[in-house]
Amino acid sequence: MALLSVRGLELHFVTPAGRVRAVNGISYTVEAGELVAIVGESGSGKTVQAQAVLGLVAQPPGEIVGGAVEFDGVELLSLPEERMRTLRGRRISMVFQEPMTSLNPVLSIGRQLTEAMRLHLQLTRAVADERAVSLLGMVGIADPERRLRQYPHHLSGGMRQRVMIAIAIACDPLLIVADEPTTALDVTIQAQILALMQDLTRRLGVALVIITHDLGVVARYADRVNVMYAGRIVEHGAARDVYRRPAHPYTIGLLNSVPRLDRPRGVRIEPIPGSPPDPAHLQPGCAFAPRCPYVVDRCRREEPPTVTFDDRHVATCWQTAALRPESG
Amino acid sequence: MSEEVLAIRDLRIEFPELFRTVEAVRGADLSVRRGEIMGLVGESGCGKSMTAMACLGLVPPPGRVSGHVSVDGFEVVGRPDRELLPVRGGLAAMIFQNPGKALNPFFTIGRQLTDVIRLHHRHGERESREVALEALRSVHLPDPEIALGRYPHQLSGGQLQRAMIAMALACEPKVLIADEPTTALDVTIQAQVIVLLRELADARGLTILFITHDLGVVGSLCDRVSVMYAGRVVEVGSVRDVLESPAHPYTRKLLATVPKLGDGHSELAFIPGQVPDMAFPPSGCAFHPRCERASPVCTKSDPDGRDLGAMHRVACHHAHGGGETEAPGTANGAPAR
Repeated sequence: MALLSVRGLELHFVTPAGRVRAVNGISYTVEAGELVAIVGESGSGKTVQAQAVLGLVAQPPGEIVGGAVEFDGVELLSLPEERMRTLRGRRISMVFQEPMTSLNPVLSIGRQLTEAMRLHLQLTRAVADERAVSLLGMVGIADPERRLRQYPHHLSGGMRQRVMIAIAIACDPLLIVADEPTTALDVTIQAQILALMQDLTRRLGVALVIITHDLGVVARYADRVNVMYAGRIVEHGAARDVYRRPAHPYTIGLLNSVPRLDRPRGVRIEPIPGSPPDPAHLQPGCAFAPRCPYVVDRCRREEPPTVTFDDRHVATCWQTAALRPESG
Repeated sequence: MSEEVLAIRDLRIEFPELFRTVEAVRGADLSVRRGEIMGLVGESGCGKSMTAMACLGLVPPPGRVSGHVSVDGFEVVGRPDRELLPVRGGLAAMIFQNPGKALNPFFTIGRQLTDVIRLHHRHGERESREVALEALRSVHLPDPEIALGRYPHQLSGGQLQRAMIAMALACEPKVLIADEPTTALDVTIQAQVIVLLRELADARGLTILFITHDLGVVGSLCDRVSVMYAGRVVEVGSVRDVLESPAHPYTRKLLATVPKLGDGHSELAFIPGQVPDMAFPPSGCAFHPRCERASPVCTKSDPDGRDLGAMHRVACHHAHGGGETEAPGTANGAPAR
C-alpha cells in the first residue's frame, strides 16, 4: 500500500470574480522511501494541491470539492485540525523555496531546530540539543555547536537550506514535501542541496515529494514524475520514461524549453507559445489545446482520455497514440 | 563586424568598511561587440552584478570604482551622475531579475514607459504613447493597448519581464545589460524570453551583456561567454570553446554541476568549499584553495590571461590544454564532502 495516495482531488477557490478551479481531480501515489516529482508552471496548481493534501488551504476561500487523501492508512481530508497538526511536523515535514523567509530571523538556529523535537518527541532540552548537533552534522554543516547559537542572517543561502532540511528530518518523518527547495540558490549550491536531500531520504528511508517548475533539476533525482497543467496531471511515469519518451505534447514542450548543454550546438530552445489558461475561465476539452502543436478538433470539445502504456506510464491526451505510434 | 560597443578594462571596485576593504571586482576585462550576446557567469559574490552596475555608473556608495568602462565610446568611470544621463536608459539600459520589484506598483505600465521615453526624447504625450506601443509590440506583448493601462500586479511574471525589456529598449540603447533576467521565471517563460533576446540581437544589432549563473542558459543564448571568479574574468571564449573545451578548472567544475536531462542517478559534481571572502582574497590565484590542480606556484602568483586559440583566453597556471576536446565533467573527481 502506498504511503501517500491522492485520489481525484478537486480544489476550488471561491472569489468575487467567480469560481477558480485550481485542482481538477488529480490522483497520484508516493511509496515509502520514494522520490516523486510534481512538475508544472506557475499557476498549474502544483503547490496548492500539496497545501490541500497537508490541510493548509484555508476554507473558505478554498473548497475541497471532491477526492480522498490517504497517508499511512489515515484519511487526511476529514482529519480534525488538532490531529492534522500533530501529523505535520511529526510524520510529514515541509521545506520551502525561500530559506530566509521560512526561518525566524530573531530566533537562534538551535532554538528553531529543537522546537519541533521538544514539542513532538517530548525531548528534554539537553537531549534535543545533542540531537540538534548530530542533525547539523548530517546535513553537512561544519562546527555545529557554534552554528546552533547563531541566527539565520549569519548563514549563507545554501546553509540556511541545510538547516531547513535538518529541521525537516528532526522528528523522523515518513514524508517530506519540498516546494521548489533549490530555486532561490546558485546552480553549484543547488546540486549540493539536491544530492544531500536524495542521500538523506535514501539513508533514512523517508519519502520525498519535490514540487518544481524545473524539469532539468528533477531529472537526476526523481524516481517518478507527475507533470501538471491547469490543475490536472497530464503525464505520469518513471522519470527515465518521461524524459526519454515523453507522451504528452505539454511535456514535450517543457523538455524543449529547458536550456541544455547536452544538445548539439546550434539547436535552439523552442518555447511553448502562449501562456497557461486562467483557471477561472477553463474552456471545455483539453486545457492545453490552445497552445498545442498537435491539436485536432476533438481536443477543443471533449475531455482527453487517460492512456496507459508500457509500465505505469500514463498520459491524458487525444493524440498520445499518434505521438507514440508503437504504444498500444 | 567587430565594432566594440562595451569595453571594460582593468575594472576594480572596492567597498571600504570600518576595519577592512572588500574587493568586489579585482581587475576585470570584458569586451562585447555589436550585435553580440556575451554571457557573464559565476557564482553569487563573484562580482558579476557589480560589474554590470559599473557599466551604468550605478555602483552604490561607498564603492570606489577605478579602471575603464566605455559604452559605445563613452567613458563611464569617474563621471558625476548628471553626466551619466545619456548612458543610463540612453546608450545602455538594464533589466533585472525581478521585474515585479523593478516596476513601480502605483503607476500603469504605460505611464512608466512614457516617462522614460519623454525624458530621453522630449516627445509629446501622443508621440510617446506611439513609441510605447511600438516598444510593447516589439517584445510581442499580447494586446499592447490594453497592457498600457495595466498596473504591474495585473500582469504575469513573463509579461512583466517583456514590459521591462520594452522599457529598456524604448530609447534604442546600444547595449542591454541583463542581470539574471530569467532566474525568477518558469522555464517555459524563460525559454520565451531567451528567444526574444536572441531575436532582438539579430534583428536590431542590439549588444547584450547577459549575467547568469546558469550555464544551460548561456549555451542556448550567448555567442561568447566570460567566466568570473573572485572579481576577475578567468576564462573567455566562444560558447562552443568554453562549454566544449573548458580550460580553467573552475569552468570545468561549474559545467559539471549542470544536470543533464534523463541522466538517471549519476553523481552530480559540486565544487568543494565556498567562494572566498573578498575582504581577504586568497593569495596568488583566488581559486587555488578549491582547485584540484593547484600547485605551489598558484598560491604565490595570480596568473595572467593567455591565449589558447582564436579568442579563447584563460587565466590559469595549469589550464587544461587548448584544442583537445574533452567532454565536460570528465575531469571531476568524487564530490568532496
